[in-house]
Amino acid sequence: MQGRRLMLTLFDYVIAPIAEFAFMQRALAGALMLSVSACPVGVFLMLRRMSLTGDAMAHAILPGAAAGFLLSGLQIVPMTIGGLIAGIVVALGAGAVARLTIQKEDASMAAFYLISLSFGALMVSLRGSSVDLMHVLFGTVLALNNDALTLIGLVAALTLGILSIFWRALVAECLDPLFLRSVSRLGSPVHFIFLGLVVVNLVAGFQALGTLLSVGLMILPAAARFWSQRVGIMCLLAIALGMLSSVCGLLLSYHASPPAGPAIILSAGVAYFVSVVASPRGILLARRLRAAHRTA
Amino acid sequence: MTACVNLENLTLGYNSHPAVHHLNGVVRKGSLTAVVGANGSGKSTLLKGIVGVLKPMAGACTIAPGVKLAYLPQQSELDRSFPARVVDLVSLGLWPRRGLLGRHRSEDREAVSQALSAVGMEGFEKRAIDTLSGGQLQRALFARVLVQDAELILLDEPFNAIDARTVTDLIDLIKRWHGEKRTIMVVVHDLDLVRQHFPEALLLARQPVAWGEARETLTPDNLLRARQFHEAWDENAPWCAPEEAHNHDGPVPVNSRDHVDRADCRGAA
Repeated sequence: MQGRRLMLTLFDYVIAPIAEFAFMQRALAGALMLSVSACPVGVFLMLRRMSLTGDAMAHAILPGAAAGFLLSGLQIVPMTIGGLIAGIVVALGAGAVARLTIQKEDASMAAFYLISLSFGALMVSLRGSSVDLMHVLFGTVLALNNDALTLIGLVAALTLGILSIFWRALVAECLDPLFLRSVSRLGSPVHFIFLGLVVVNLVAGFQALGTLLSVGLMILPAAARFWSQRVGIMCLLAIALGMLSSVCGLLLSYHASPPAGPAIILSAGVAYFVSVVASPRGILLARRLRAAHRTA
Repeated sequence: MTACVNLENLTLGYNSHPAVHHLNGVVRKGSLTAVVGANGSGKSTLLKGIVGVLKPMAGACTIAPGVKLAYLPQQSELDRSFPARVVDLVSLGLWPRRGLLGRHRSEDREAVSQALSAVGMEGFEKRAIDTLSGGQLQRALFARVLVQDAELILLDEPFNAIDARTVTDLIDLIKRWHGEKRTIMVVVHDLDLVRQHFPEALLLARQPVAWGEARETLTPDNLLRARQFHEAWDENAPWCAPEEAHNHDGPVPVNSRDHVDRADCRGAA
């Protein structure tokens, strides 16, 4: 009897909103595809200590999206192309400066993204009300149209394809770049291919989550690092965390009506803190294990 | 005598200062050469130039076509915090065989575990690399070189941080490679080790001081001259005129003092 009531409650709160409303289904489809695509990319960003680079790239995309917005309003195709161009210019520029001069990539990336971001803010302020600005910055996951869903699907397919083809090179580039350079010419290309993946995933994400928050679905689920020591398993776990956060965030938004994008990222934030505290390598267990030791 | 590596008037360096200056010579196929010299004498730089991670400032360094190369750097750029197990690290050595997409087969896994036991690291397969000691990591990297199964093997100070017993094991390994007619160059600081185990030696002091049979190369006279080079860069050193340094083809004489004098630009030191 109680079980039945529980099932009914579960149905009311979890299944019904999604089953009944097409906008929820679209939002869920978009967020789940983004999780499949962006979360493994985020794991590699984390492993390469480039999490903040991901953040910088997200800001760098803004002027491109803004240019598209200036030219044709809140339209997905021009804004996407603009964001893609801006992201690639910044990624290549910062990467080239790092490889050709003594400046390291963190510093060159910071310089490029700040210049880019200020351009973007300037362009958005040239036209448009603050409502438009909010759309660009925070996304509209509950209003994903067919174009946006198609774009996200294409990016997800592309990302999974490239990750599976270049998996070995990516791992080698993270683990021992000098070794990869001594056995193969893939070292530099694989770095830029990876930066390209970061850019397309951010662009795919900003329709749903906005330029500022699309990076959140990439970085926060990389908390999977706390749960596993294997890169492959880490990526799968990150996808699972991303999907869980998407579902929780959307439902939270439906029931308590905060904006959906921030709700998704906040859910991922909760998953992050749970991992930090309660995972096998988190604060609690790591401390308890430290007290005991074996004989050999 | 077949050449495995051909050094033609090779100058390598950083910021227009040479670290290896106009080096000519041939590394024979199947030779085992110790590269000896003081700090800053260009030993590591020479290996980097041969591997190709450092582009020559002048001259050329060519490896015989089809020769596969394995390189153990002095300062690995290995990220030890990366979540990899020892077996993952050593399996990277399968790259020349399987490349980007080739499946790792059962014989490959067999090769990896054989390499690990050859360096005395059976039982370490599943260990995370961030839990290894310095010497254990070095042995794991040696195992990776084994797996690479290369014809040309370049080892940069491989015996650093390694205990005496393991050094003996690794020397045996190097001798086995030598017996298999692989070409090996090893940067070593321990001159007794060189005299005992290495047939040939190259004594560097930015310029080559001597290159040939190990005992003849490491004479007190040569060693003294090798010690006298000026390690620090001279910011105002005159530019090396290119025409002085050319026309040094052909094999290097066993005791190559005159060769060295000819190659000397007399500018930098």
